[in-house]
Amino acid sequence: MNSSPTSGEGRTGAAPPSQVEVEPINRRSFLGVLLGFGAMVVGAALSVPLLRFALHPLLTKTTDIGWSDIGKIEEFASLTAPMKKLITVDQRDGWRKIVSEKAIYVLPAKDGVLRVLSPICPHLGCSIPWVEAKQQFICPCHTAIFTLDGIRVSGPAPRPMDDLESKVEEGVLKVRYQYFRQLIPTREVLA
Amino acid sequence: MADALTPNGKPNEPHLNRRRRIYRWFDVRIGVGSLMHEALDEPIPGGARWAYVFGSVLLFLFISQTITGIFLALYYAPTADHAHTTLAYIVKEVTGGSFLRSLHAYGSSAVVIVMLLHLTQTFLYGAYKGRREVLWISGCALLGLMLAMAFTGYLLPWDQKAYFATTVGTNMASEVPLIGSTLKRLMRGGNEMGTLTLSRFFVGHVFLLPGAILGLIAAHVFLFRKAGAAGPPSEDPINPKLPTERFYPRQVLMDTVVALLMICVLGLFSYFSPTELGPKANPADTQYVPRPEWFYLPVFQWLKYFKGSLSIVGIVVIPTLTAILVVGLPFFDRRLERRPWRRPIAVGIYLAIMATLITFGWLSRHEDQLDPAIAKQVAKQNEETERFMREPFEPEAAASSLSAPNVSVLDPAAVAGKKIYDGESCDACHGENGVGTNAGPKLAGATAQKSAEELTKLLRHPTPKMIEGEMKPVEIPDEDLKALVAYLKSLK
Ligand code: FES
Repeated sequence: MNSSPTSGEGRTGAAPPSQVEVEPINRRSFLGVLLGFGAMVVGAALSVPLLRFALHPLLTKTTDIGWSDIGKIEEFASLTAPMKKLITVDQRDGWRKIVSEKAIYVLPAKDGVLRVLSPICPHLGCSIPWVEAKQQFICPCHTAIFTLDGIRVSGPAPRPMDDLESKVEEGVLKVRYQYFRQLIPTREVLA
Repeated sequence: MADALTPNGKPNEPHLNRRRRIYRWFDVRIGVGSLMHEALDEPIPGGARWAYVFGSVLLFLFISQTITGIFLALYYAPTADHAHTTLAYIVKEVTGGSFLRSLHAYGSSAVVIVMLLHLTQTFLYGAYKGRREVLWISGCALLGLMLAMAFTGYLLPWDQKAYFATTVGTNMASEVPLIGSTLKRLMRGGNEMGTLTLSRFFVGHVFLLPGAILGLIAAHVFLFRKAGAAGPPSEDPINPKLPTERFYPRQVLMDTVVALLMICVLGLFSYFSPTELGPKANPADTQYVPRPEWFYLPVFQWLKYFKGSLSIVGIVVIPTLTAILVVGLPFFDRRLERRPWRRPIAVGIYLAIMATLITFGWLSRHEDQLDPAIAKQVAKQNEETERFMREPFEPEAAASSLSAPNVSVLDPAAVAGKKIYDGESCDACHGENGVGTNAGPKLAGATAQKSAEELTKLLRHPTPKMIEGEMKPVEIPDEDLKALVAYLKSLK
């Protein structure tokens, strides 16, 4: 059978015979447009949840690090030197939770506010011990030195030690553990 | 057909507008014209009817199931350990997850309903007559495969309902004579239900059955086109005489309208009454009253009447006979008479089968309500499901986290070594428990291979390559170094 538009052979139904422009593909165009439109609307409406479903990990933080408990605030009330504490960090990996242990420093309170420092050196990432004898943080790798407040004294570190976001909830000091980009003068969170 | 590819007129007619030229460009190369003709110009004796929509709607539903299924697989893990967690994640956390999962679950019910309607229409219209035996059989095979899809899909969430319904379902297979127990073990991947069962059902549900269904749908459509549309019951099924109307546009419009309505209804159900997920399967639960999906209820009820040695009659003989009756229909009913009122026996048998199924389905529900013990247990199960649905999503602790590497630290020297490892900031580069970081290589596994002497030497005097990677000679007392080496050797 010839499907050319002008032959009209064997054709029944509502095809208007007089239009020159009409092709097999659009000869019955009104219903076609209607159908196409309806299907497109429903298709679009349905593709929204599909897309949001597929993009869920990008639109919400599925690998977010939550708040970790450090301890009751009373414990840190009378600190005179930075105190090293181990925290458990729950990290979400989709439907899994990865638990790991990290070290942090709680600094002596200033005006009642507790600060929490990351022990990771902003130079190349060694973890910095508090050296009691010298009352300083001294990095074992390239001997960057920081004060009790984490301020840089000397050495190759490009910035002070990094503050971690912390808060007090129901008398418990909490921290959000994060990593920061090394070797740059500003504190930038590593995603 | 070859001439359908030939463009008519001269190639460069000036009056051809742009759309027409584009169309022609494709037509010459891939034969859009003949494809469209093939797809849309199927003649329907007696014209388009609402009664003919079911086949297209089924195809549409199958596509919808495929799409939602693929999307669900983005977050699903088919192992007994994770399946339920991943489903809870989909339902409780992922954006639109509950909706999509419900769409997929309700979609399976919709497939069964529309399949029954399609079958009923074909049967009442006598549309299986007139050299359509193979077409009919391919349809029956599709029915069976779709039911198998529903059966295999039911287990995948691995909740109580899924687990126990499938336990019953696979137990039934063992009633088959001779090969029964082998069949059951084959389905379960062992004697018991477990993670291998889930893998098997998953592979069936996601690879084998859809593949077979796809092939059969193609065959079914091809055979349908080959035989031609049968038209209304008064029509001669072999040499139709009624004036024909093409598939496009009116029939396509009707099909599309019903398909769109269908998806809207499914969408509304999914949105306002999403499918629930029960608590994780607990094989030790002896109280659980398993109930299958509604369309398996008649079979479920049916089996209650055949206990002990009779069960082979209920599970094997009668269903087999029914299947033979249904599949062989076009061979038994060979007359060309299609009008249902002229086929009282066939229609009578059909109605009897349908009535039986409905009665059994109803009885199953009814008996459950009458038995106070069961009613109570079912209520309790529903309550447990409700409770589980209200709980927030609880992520699964990854096996590789915290506790795992620590387990090996039993030797007291190694414990002391771990303190030194952390105190000397070895973990800064080599990671916690030597798992490695961007700054330093993984130690776990590697250091265990070396002798204590070798390790001591490397720690005191790192190789040039190590120094290049920022490794410093370890300057600690021998005693501590020994402990550190013990710890390093314990890292597996
Ligand atoms: S890593 Fe701390 S000074 Fe270089």
